Amino acid sequence: MTSGRLESPLRVLIVEDEAPIRRFLRTALHARGYQVDEAETLGAARATCTGRPPDVLLLDLGLPDGDGIELVREVRGWSTLPIVVLSARGEEAQKVLALDAGADDYLTKPFGVPELLARMRAALRKRAPKATEMPVAEFLGADGRGFAVDLAKRRCRRVENGVATDVKLTPTEFRLLAVLVHHAGKVLTHTFLLREVWGPNHDGDVAYLRVYMGQLRQKLELEPARPRWLCTEPGVGYRLQVDESP
Amino acid sequence: MIADPGRPDPDALLARVKREEASVRRGRLKVWLGAAPGVGKTFAMLTSARRRHAQGLETVVGCVETHGRADTASLLRGLEVLPRRAVEYRGTTLQEFDLDAALLRRPALLLVDELAHTNAPGSRFGKRWEDVEALLEAGIDVETTLNVQHVESLVDVVAQITGVQVRETVPDRVLDRAAEIVLVDLPPDALLERLRAGKVYLPDVVRSAEDRFFKKGNLSALRELALRRTAQWVDGQLQTLRREQSIVRTWGTSERILVAVGPSPLSARLVRAAHRTAKGLHAELLAVYVETPASASMSRQQRDRVTENLRLAESLGARTATLQGDDAAAAIIAYSREHDVARIVVGKSGRSRLHELLFGSFPMDVIRNSGDIDVHVVRSAEEPAPGPVAEPVEGDGPPRAIPWAAFGWSAVVVAVASGLAWLSYAPGDLSTEAMVLMLGVVVVSLRFGRWPSFAAAVASAIGFNFLFTEPRFTFEIADPAYVFAFLGMLVVGLTVSTLVGAVREHAEAARQREHENAALSSLVRELVDAPSEEAVASIAVAHLRDLVNGEFAVLLARDGGFPDAGCVVASHGVPDWIGPDELGVARWCVDQGRPAGAGTAHLPGSNALFLPMHARRGRVGVVSFRAALAPRVLSPALRFLVTTFVEQTAAAIERLRLREEQLRDQRIAEAERLRSTLLASVSHDLRTPLTSITGAASTLLDAQVALGPDAERELLEGILQESRRLNELVANLVFATRFEAGEVTLRREWTSVEEVVGAALRRVAPQTSGREVRVDVAADLPLVEADPVLLEQAVYLLLDNAARHTPAATPIVVRSYATDALVAVEVADRGPGVPAPERRRIFERFVRGPKSSGAGLGLAICAAIAKAHGGSIVLAPDTAEGATFRLLLPRPSRGPDAPAESQEPEARP
Repeated sequence: MTSGRLESPLRVLIVEDEAPIRRFLRTALHARGYQVDEAETLGAARATCTGRPPDVLLLDLGLPDGDGIELVREVRGWSTLPIVVLSARGEEAQKVLALDAGADDYLTKPFGVPELLARMRAALRKRAPKATEMPVAEFLGADGRGFAVDLAKRRCRRVENGVATDVKLTPTEFRLLAVLVHHAGKVLTHTFLLREVWGPNHDGDVAYLRVYMGQLRQKLELEPARPRWLCTEPGVGYRLQVDESP
Repeated sequence: MIADPGRPDPDALLARVKREEASVRRGRLKVWLGAAPGVGKTFAMLTSARRRHAQGLETVVGCVETHGRADTASLLRGLEVLPRRAVEYRGTTLQEFDLDAALLRRPALLLVDELAHTNAPGSRFGKRWEDVEALLEAGIDVETTLNVQHVESLVDVVAQITGVQVRETVPDRVLDRAAEIVLVDLPPDALLERLRAGKVYLPDVVRSAEDRFFKKGNLSALRELALRRTAQWVDGQLQTLRREQSIVRTWGTSERILVAVGPSPLSARLVRAAHRTAKGLHAELLAVYVETPASASMSRQQRDRVTENLRLAESLGARTATLQGDDAAAAIIAYSREHDVARIVVGKSGRSRLHELLFGSFPMDVIRNSGDIDVHVVRSAEEPAPGPVAEPVEGDGPPRAIPWAAFGWSAVVVAVASGLAWLSYAPGDLSTEAMVLMLGVVVVSLRFGRWPSFAAAVASAIGFNFLFTEPRFTFEIADPAYVFAFLGMLVVGLTVSTLVGAVREHAEAARQREHENAALSSLVRELVDAPSEEAVASIAVAHLRDLVNGEFAVLLARDGGFPDAGCVVASHGVPDWIGPDELGVARWCVDQGRPAGAGTAHLPGSNALFLPMHARRGRVGVVSFRAALAPRVLSPALRFLVTTFVEQTAAAIERLRLREEQLRDQRIAEAERLRSTLLASVSHDLRTPLTSITGAASTLLDAQVALGPDAERELLEGILQESRRLNELVANLVFATRFEAGEVTLRREWTSVEEVVGAALRRVAPQTSGREVRVDVAADLPLVEADPVLLEQAVYLLLDNAARHTPAATPIVVRSYATDALVAVEVADRGPGVPAPERRRIFERFVRGPKSSGAGLGLAICAAIAKAHGGSIVLAPDTAEGATFRLLLPRPSRGPDAPAESQEPEARP
C-alpha cells in the first residue's frame, strides 16, 4: 500500500523519553520519507502539538512528567490527528484506557518496523475517506482467498479461487462487520464495538460480542480458530487485519 | 554419652554467654557487707567512691545516711548528691531515695546506702533492693551497704543468736548476683569501743534490744555469719569460674531437696532452713504443699499462710508445687520419687505423744515410707509463732456457716429411726433396735457429713439408752451388759460416721479433681485449634471464668514493647479496671516473671492479681485477674490450677508464634533459594542472546569484513530472533515475579477459547514459521469465565514450549474440546517427549529441558495461570510419541445471558 515518498512529507511527532528508542524510530521513519519531530516530555509534546501540529503522533504512555493518556485527551479536544500509543505487554487495561480516550491504535514494545508502519498506515487511513466510504470493500489474501462487503447493498460474499459465494449474515452480524470494515486495520475496543453495534446501553456485555465475532469467523474465515482477518487482541478488542504480515 | 573431660560443657558455655550478654546491659552491684551496725560500711564505701571519683569515674550519691556524723558527712563533699524525694506519711515527712531521678541522671556509678531499707508506702517499689535491681537493669553500676542480719536465709539464725526478729530482709539472690562483696570487718571489741564512744547510730529495731544485741558473743557470731556468707559468695564465684574453665566438677548431679510446707507459721522457718541446706549442698529446692481432704476445713488465715509460705519459697528460688492426695506423707514420698529428690525436710510436730499414737504423725509417716530418701526433721521453735509473715490482704472472711439445716435433718432421721425402733421394740434382745438406730446414723453420715453424723451417733446412743435399755425412760443402765451395748453403739456410730464422712470427702475431692481435669483438658483441646493469639486469649479467659468468679484479662507482650496500647488482647467485658497503674504492675510482672498484685509480695495493694505467662522461650504476657467480690487471694489449690491454665495458654501462644516464625523462615528460605536460582539462571539466559546480538551487530559494523547479502541477512535475522528471545525471557520473569508477589489479579470475563487459541497462534507465528501447525478447535465450545490475557499467555507459552523443544520439521497439533465438566486446550508435539524422571517436576520453576534456553519459567507460569483459574495443567501420561500438554479449565455451570437475537433472521432476503 502506501510507501515511499509523498509529495509533502508527513510529519511524525515521537513522544518518548528513552533516547535509544527515539533514535531507532527516527532512523526508521526518516528512511521511509517521514519528517520527524521529537519530544522527551509531556510538556514538550504539548508545545509542539499546539505550535506545529504533526500529522501522526507516536506517544509513549509512561513519561517522566505525567501519563500520556492526558495528552491523548487534550489533543482529542481539538484535533482528530492520528495517535498511536506505545506501551508494554501486561498493560492491557492502560491500552484500553488510551484507546477509549481517543487513541487510534497501539504498539506493544518491543515492536518491529513493519508493524509500526502498518499501524501508522491504518491510523492515517482515516484521513483518506475514500478508502472507507467506497461502497465495496474487498479483503483478499495473496492466495486469492478472502471476502467482499458491499456496504451500500448490505451484502457479503466469501471469495475463494476467484469464485464469490454469498454469505448470509444476520442484521447484527452485518452491523458488526460494517463497523470493522469501516475501521479496517485499526484495533477496536470492546466498548467501542458494543456502542457502535448495540447502542450505548450494552457497554458491559462482552459475551454478546464474543458470540457474534465467533459467528462471523465461522462464516468468513477458512480456519475460524486461526483467523486471517477477524483477529483478537486479548484484553483489548478486535481488529480487522488488513496487511498480510502482522 | 562419654563427655570429653577437657571440653567445657556446652550448656555451661551457653549460660556463660547469656550471662555475659546480660552483664552488658546489667550494671555491676558491689555490696559492702558488715556484721553489725557501726562497723563502718558507709564510711568505707564513701572512701572508696571518692578515690574512684578522683580517678575520673562519674560517681553520684543516690542516698547516704550520715546519721549526723561529721566524718562521714565530710566524705560527701565534692560528690554529686541526688536530692531526696519527700514523702508524706502519717503526718511525718520521710526523705526517700528518688529512683526516677537516679534513672534519669544515669551516672556510671551510684551509691545507695542501706540495701535492706523499706521504702515509704506509695513508692514505686516496696523495698530498696528492688530499686537497686531496677538501677542494675538500667545498666547503672551500684554500690550499697548491708548488714548480715538482713540476709533472708539468715534471718532465723540471727533471731536465734540475738533474739531480735528482723523484718527487713534482702533475698539471697540479690547478694548472689553481686559482682563484688566487700566484707567490712571490725573485731567485736573495737565495735563495742565505738559503741561506747557513741559513734554508732542504731536503727530502732536494734536500739530497743541494744543490750541483748551488742554482746560480745553475739557480735562474734554475727561476724562469723558475715564471714561465712562472704565465703559462700566467693565459693559461688569460684564454682562459676570452675564451670567456665571446665575444671573437673567436684560434685555429681545436682541434688534435689524437698521441703514440705503447711499452714503452720513454723513452715516459714522450715523453708528457710531447707534453703540453707540446699544452698550448702548446691541443691535444687522444691517446696511442696499437699492438699488433703481435711484441708477443705482450713480457715482463711491458714490458707493465706500456705500461700505466703509457698511464696517465700519461691522468693528463695525454690520451685513450688501443690499436690493433692488423701495422705500427705504418701503424696510427698511419691512426688519425691518422681522428681528424684534426695532429701526431704519436714518440721517436727509439736503434738503430744498420745495424739501421735492415736492419729499418727506426719514426720513419722514420712520417715517410715521414705526408703532411701534422707529425711531431715527440723525442730519446731519453742517461742510462740511470730504470727503471719505478712499481713493478710484483708480480714478473714465470714466463719464457715454451721449447717443448721443438716443438723435439723439429722435430728429428723434420728427421730424416725427411733420411731421405727420403737415400733419393733421387743423386750429382751435389743439388737434390732440398735441396728435400726445405727441405720439412721449411716443415713445421716451419707447425706449430711461429718459433724451432723457425729451428733446423730451420740444422740442415737443416748436415745438407745433412754428408750430401750432397762430401766427404760431413764438414763440409768441396770444391766452391765447394756453398758457395753451403749458404749459399743457409741463407738460404732462414731466410727461409721467418721468413715463414711471420709469417704464422702474423698468422693468430693475426687469429683473436684475430675472437674478440674476436665476443665483443663477441655482448655487444652480448644487451645490446640485456636488459629490466632486473640483466639487463644479469648478461650483462656472463657475457661478461667468458669474456674473462678471474677474478671480476667490477657495482656500479651508483642514486638512493640510491653505494655502498649494493644496489649490487652482478650478480657471478660470491658477491661476498664486496667489503668496505667495496673499496666505498670503487669510490666513488672513480665519483667520479673513473678506474680504481682493482690495477694503477692509486689504491690499487694493493687486490687488485681497478675500472673506471668511463662513459656519455654520467655514470658509472653500476663494474665490479670480481679475477683468479683472484695479483693481476695486465691487459695493455693485454685491458684495452682489458675497458674496451670495460664501456663497452657502461654504454651499455646508460643506454639502459634513458633509456627508463624517457622512459616516465615520457610518463606524466607524459599525466597532466598528462588532468588539465587533465578540469578544464576537469568544471568546465563540473558547473556546467551546478548552475546549473539553483540557478535552479529559488531560483525555487521566491521567495515573490513565484506559480507554477502545472504550472510548479512542471516546475521540480522539472528539479531531479531535473539532480541525476541530476550523479550520473552524478561516478560516471563516479570510475570513470574508479579505472580509471586500476588500482584496479578484475574480480570475474569466471558472469554472465547477459540479466540484465545487464535491470538496465541498469531503471536507464536514467528517461532513456528516453516512447520506444520494443525488446529482442531471444536465448533461448539462454550465461553469460559477467564482472564483472556492470561489464558492467551498460557496457550502461547505451551506453543512456544513445543516449538522450542522439538525439531523444526515436526508438526504441532493444537486441539480444544469440551466435556461436561471442563474445557481443554491441548498442545501436542512430535518431539523427543519428556523423560520420566522430569515429568513430575516439569511444572516447577527453574526446571528446564536439556536444550532449553528459557529460564524454565514457561511451564511454571502456565501452571500458575491454570491454577488461578481453578484449573490445572497436565502432561498427558500415555502419549506414544512427543509430549502432550493439556490445559484444563472448569466448564462454567451456566453460560452468559445469551444475546437476545442469536436466533435472528438472516439479513438478506
